Amino acid sequence: MIHSLFLINASGDIFLEKHWKSVVSRSVCDYFFEAQERATEPENVPPVIPTPHHYLISVLRHRIFFVAVIQSEVPPLFVIEFLHRVVDTFQDYFGVCTEAAIKDNVVVVYELLEEMLDNGFPLATESNILKELIKPPTILRTMVNTITGSTNVGEQLPTGQLSVVPWRRTGVKYTNNEAYFDVVEEIDAIIDKSGSTITAEIQGVIDACVKLTGMPDLTLSFMNPRLLDDVSFHPCVRFKRWEAERILSFIPPDGNFRLLSYHVSSQNLVAIPVYVKHNISFREGSSQGRFDLTLGPKQTMGKAVESVLVSSQLPRGVLNANLSASQGTYTFDPVTKLLSWDVGKINPQKLPSLKGTMSLQAGASKPDENPTINIQFKIQQMAISGLKVNRLDMYGEKYKPFKGIKYMTKAGKFQVRT
Amino acid sequence: MQALANQLCENRQFGSKMTDSKYFTTTKKGEIFELKAELNSDKKEKKKEAVKKVIASMTVGKDVSALFPDVVNCMQTDNLELKKLVYLYLMNYAKSQPDMAIMAVNTFVKDCEDPNPLIRALAVRTMGCIRVDKITEYLCEPLRKCLKDEDPYVRKTAAVCVAKLHDINAQLVEDQGFLDTLKDLISDSNPMVVANAVAALSEIAESHPNSNLMDLNPQTMNKLLTALNECTEWGQIFILDCLANYTPRDDRESQSICERVTPRLSHANSAVVLSAVKVLMKFMEMLPKDLDYYGTLLKKLAPPLVTLLSAEPELQYVALRNINLIVQRRPEILKHEMKVFYVKYNDPIYVKLEKLDIMIRLASQANIAQVLAELKEYATEVDVDFVRKAVRAIGRCAIKVEQSAERCVSTLLDLIQTKVNYVVQEAIVVIKDIFRKYPNKYESVIATLCENLDSLDEPEARAAMIWIVGEYAERIDNADELLESFLEGFHDESTQVQLQLLTAIVKLFLKKPTETQELVQQVLSLATQDSDNPDLRDRGYIYWRLLSTDPVAAKEVVLAEKPLISEETDLIEPTLLEELICHIGTLASVYHKPPSAFVEGNHGVQHKGLPGSAGSAESESPDAVSAGAATEAPAAVIPSQGDLLGDLLNLDLTPPATTGPLPHSGGMQMGAMDLLGGGLDSLLGGDLGGSPAMGAGFGAPPAAMPPAFSAPVSGSLYDLFDLDNGVGMPLGSFCPPKTVWLPAMKAKGLEISGTFVRHAGVIQMEMTITNKAMSVMTGFAIQFNRNSFGLAPAGPIQVPSPLSPNQNIEVSLPLNTVGPVMKMEPLNNLQVAFKNNIDVFYFSCQYPISVLFAEDGKMERQVFLATWKDIPNENESQFQIKDCHLNSDAASNKLQSINIFTIAERTVDGQDMLYQSMKLTNGIWALAELKVQAGNPNYTVSLKCRAPEVSQCVFQSYEAVLKN
Repeated sequence: MIHSLFLINASGDIFLEKHWKSVVSRSVCDYFFEAQERATEPENVPPVIPTPHHYLISVLRHRIFFVAVIQSEVPPLFVIEFLHRVVDTFQDYFGVCTEAAIKDNVVVVYELLEEMLDNGFPLATESNILKELIKPPTILRTMVNTITGSTNVGEQLPTGQLSVVPWRRTGVKYTNNEAYFDVVEEIDAIIDKSGSTITAEIQGVIDACVKLTGMPDLTLSFMNPRLLDDVSFHPCVRFKRWEAERILSFIPPDGNFRLLSYHVSSQNLVAIPVYVKHNISFREGSSQGRFDLTLGPKQTMGKAVESVLVSSQLPRGVLNANLSASQGTYTFDPVTKLLSWDVGKINPQKLPSLKGTMSLQAGASKPDENPTINIQFKIQQMAISGLKVNRLDMYGEKYKPFKGIKYMTKAGKFQVRT
Repeated sequence: MQALANQLCENRQFGSKMTDSKYFTTTKKGEIFELKAELNSDKKEKKKEAVKKVIASMTVGKDVSALFPDVVNCMQTDNLELKKLVYLYLMNYAKSQPDMAIMAVNTFVKDCEDPNPLIRALAVRTMGCIRVDKITEYLCEPLRKCLKDEDPYVRKTAAVCVAKLHDINAQLVEDQGFLDTLKDLISDSNPMVVANAVAALSEIAESHPNSNLMDLNPQTMNKLLTALNECTEWGQIFILDCLANYTPRDDRESQSICERVTPRLSHANSAVVLSAVKVLMKFMEMLPKDLDYYGTLLKKLAPPLVTLLSAEPELQYVALRNINLIVQRRPEILKHEMKVFYVKYNDPIYVKLEKLDIMIRLASQANIAQVLAELKEYATEVDVDFVRKAVRAIGRCAIKVEQSAERCVSTLLDLIQTKVNYVVQEAIVVIKDIFRKYPNKYESVIATLCENLDSLDEPEARAAMIWIVGEYAERIDNADELLESFLEGFHDESTQVQLQLLTAIVKLFLKKPTETQELVQQVLSLATQDSDNPDLRDRGYIYWRLLSTDPVAAKEVVLAEKPLISEETDLIEPTLLEELICHIGTLASVYHKPPSAFVEGNHGVQHKGLPGSAGSAESESPDAVSAGAATEAPAAVIPSQGDLLGDLLNLDLTPPATTGPLPHSGGMQMGAMDLLGGGLDSLLGGDLGGSPAMGAGFGAPPAAMPPAFSAPVSGSLYDLFDLDNGVGMPLGSFCPPKTVWLPAMKAKGLEISGTFVRHAGVIQMEMTITNKAMSVMTGFAIQFNRNSFGLAPAGPIQVPSPLSPNQNIEVSLPLNTVGPVMKMEPLNNLQVAFKNNIDVFYFSCQYPISVLFAEDGKMERQVFLATWKDIPNENESQFQIKDCHLNSDAASNKLQSINIFTIAERTVDGQDMLYQSMKLTNGIWALAELKVQAGNPNYTVSLKCRAPEVSQCVFQSYEAVLKN
């Protein structure tokens, strides 16, 4: 199982270590540093690194490497999932997961890690349970603790730990009972030079914020559940009901949680909400290149495309770019060769464009590589797959909750080749 | 530390006075002293703050063990947080202060009786973490109580504690009967307790491979499957991994397990999903393929696998490595999902390379057009490694999908036109493979290739180009000029290129003898006289002799039709694949190595095989496959991308496995010159009779000959080998051909192939070590794992380092048999750790047991008779050797060469019965009766041995030597 955990910051310092079995010397991280040196970018450090006596499994989140040390055969996904859970918990407790936040709360971090694993076996990883065991630090509570000498460790066994609904504590009370659901979809797509779609798929999630008194039992149904190609549920969802009726039936956890994530595969036709007209060219023998880019909306069902951000890694030979944007601002970093253009909202009447020239090193040959254009955007009030929630019902409690559903579409890895 | 503290002070924001960073700020001189005072303070609050400071120092790796007694004093408290903090500290430092740790025992024992289950659990949990022998004695009683506690939270914590205790003192756990209690917990009413019991048992089982702890039967399976639905995600992983070890009785049970596991595919935790996939992939083997449910299951497997690919890159990587196994076993699952493997330009490189691999595996006639378009796109990316692999992938597509070959070739030609240096070189390497696969089809492109001759600077590409020129010399008008241009810098080339150049020029000469006589003489003398590379010299001498004695034979050998290369490249060997399928989701599946290769922490793992399919006629039982795989050399499959070229280049004429030291006598030189003269004359003059120009007294051909030297070659070919008779070549002793033990791809460019020989009582491990990496290798060392016969290196390995890139070296390592002994499976398995400056690599190989046959293995007749009678009949095993065409004398001689001695012989009804004995180095005798019948190519061997497990290995030696 998981032996130890090392947290390593961007400059390569180990700033926290935790051992669940015997102490593993931090020199084991030298193998990690070697791998880090070989990889050009931090993102390229391989997630599993063998050393003579251990294996190092790492994830990179918020510019911190979480490096787990294991000695025997342990499923790597188990370790990676656990590390993600650690990151999520930190974020949940401290608002952000940064080196400073972790150092500021080092004792809580230590208590948390101790509670999450026992001898390398996961113990309590549900945020609800952890919060009952170890209260999240707030300025107010720390002050109160300092003054009264009380503690931020729960004295009682968490109620959820062993019940049939381990994700929900008993005795929840709210004056305003409310349940909000966000349907968020991300489009991953590769568009080729000519504008046709090579591959496109949709990753969707339904995130919920449920603040309901007692033990509510909810059902949520869709207008078009067959759209969903593959679904993964929060443990609270009754799988049999979904299999039989395509209805989500569940007793929700208290607070924020991810109810469902789903996937709409490339087999289905995926609507592409934006198009790009581009002309990025270099002429042989000339030290100048042309850059011409226009964005436009398509298949958005009348909704506005917002928060548009275009970025592209220009060829290494490009010295500088002299462009003008019809709207928004652009920057070009001559060191990393990264061009990014903050467009904002696309106005269908007046399409945003970015035009101008790129200068090459004098005498250099025409660059071989074709830059890829990366686009980010958001569309409110629309799920691009067409998924629609039909109704939400509550059983088991008498009050009438306030219900709300929001839709949003975002670009995931949305790439246009030139 | 001071710097850290300063930085923290600077980073302070509003309210940070209230945060834990203040615990770091007292890092001045006398800090320990100050903390000591605070820990002993009367004020509770001050104490707690002090312990927090101590913990904070501990987290950053500072040694605060000196405070041990003071911290332990704070343990008796009713403040839970303080108690937890002290426990945290104890776990970290008890090991270094065992005597002090005893002080804490009483509190622990008391806490195990506390009315609050949280405290009971905490106490037993912490006690288990204190890795001090003395404490474990005190732990037993509280642990026993906690395992039977009324509160499931305590029981589940106690279950894990058994695993902890086992880690510290396994004997104690067994003596105290904790293992049985743990097994009982599998039937616990609470699913969390079941899951933890399974996890604990699995961990214990890993260090006790033969203990049969997890006695899986239909009843326990039912309990586990029930608990599976209700326990936490982590518990589900433990249970699923445990389920995967079960072998269902029939297809119906198999189906019912699959049905109950399938819902796990919809879990949000990817590790649960992958473990479920493992169970399904394994149990699916037992389902009849015509069953409707089988098809349904196949369809259900695809979507979760696809979804894994939209997760974080680290998860994607592990998923991709596993998908690579799954598509090799069941390509139908993902055959329609090609597009999800398309590479995004900002994927991390490790994801890109894996995706590319799977794209090629899924390439078929139906999707090849899109795949090629994608690959061409990738070939213009920035990342050099990725571009190279993409170009190679185009070549692999051409070889795999015949209909696409033409399109692939034209795509490659387009890429060559880009003139990007590394793209051109990579393209030429793969085009050579395409020529091999489709001879006489695409030679029209040779002209284009020749244009790029000058830009080639990598050995692999140069060698490929030279191969092409040599192979198609008759179609290239200026082939001699081209090859001559390479010859100028002959000694600066890498071995790979030199060998290829030698072969190519000989080919050219055989095709156009009149114009190239001078060239061939030049290259032969460069190879034989001016080179100190034994491989090169050997090959040079062989050609020289061949050309001079029998040009017809030379033509038949050198220009022989080459076997076609196989379609699918890079395939994992089927037995290994089956084993890996049983380990989906584990480290083994990420490294594509059997779990036994993970020497550390795995003290002998049982090999898992897929269950056979019910009712189908497939002969895929793991045993049959492994037996087949062990004996056949994987010659047809291109082993891996890295060795691709080496393998192909050596195919046309593999140097013999043992390269003895070369003769240095002047006589040899003279003879060779003489030979060439005569031979050339005969070739040019049309006297094709072949002249036995060279001396007399050539004995029997050595046993190990490359397959290329088959029947048509006259006996005089063997002359060369006898020239160094008695110098270094172990005459007549059996030596299996070298096999690749450690492919370069798996060992960061280090490739080791080798074999074992016994010569004059000394066992030698003959290895060819090749550096296929880009940088030099130094600091070689070798070590063996314990093995059945105690084989161990007799001294350190002598590798002249540094070994520069693309250089290879022959090493012979003498072995002795006085090392530590552990029975291996199979018996003759040897696990080797090989170290260089880059890393340590592990591989396993099998040695022919004949290397262990001692020279004094000839038994007295009388003793033989008595022993034969004495050994019980159940120890006798019989084997058939098929298709052997030797008479009994020849067989006897051959066997004697590996120290199997014939003691008596008699003839009954036209059957020759040979009675033979051999003795292993560890003193085990084996007796044999070999039946040879004239005209019947099938021999029968009956083996009797007091240790019958060696019989199989002995028989393999019989077969190997008699068939060779």
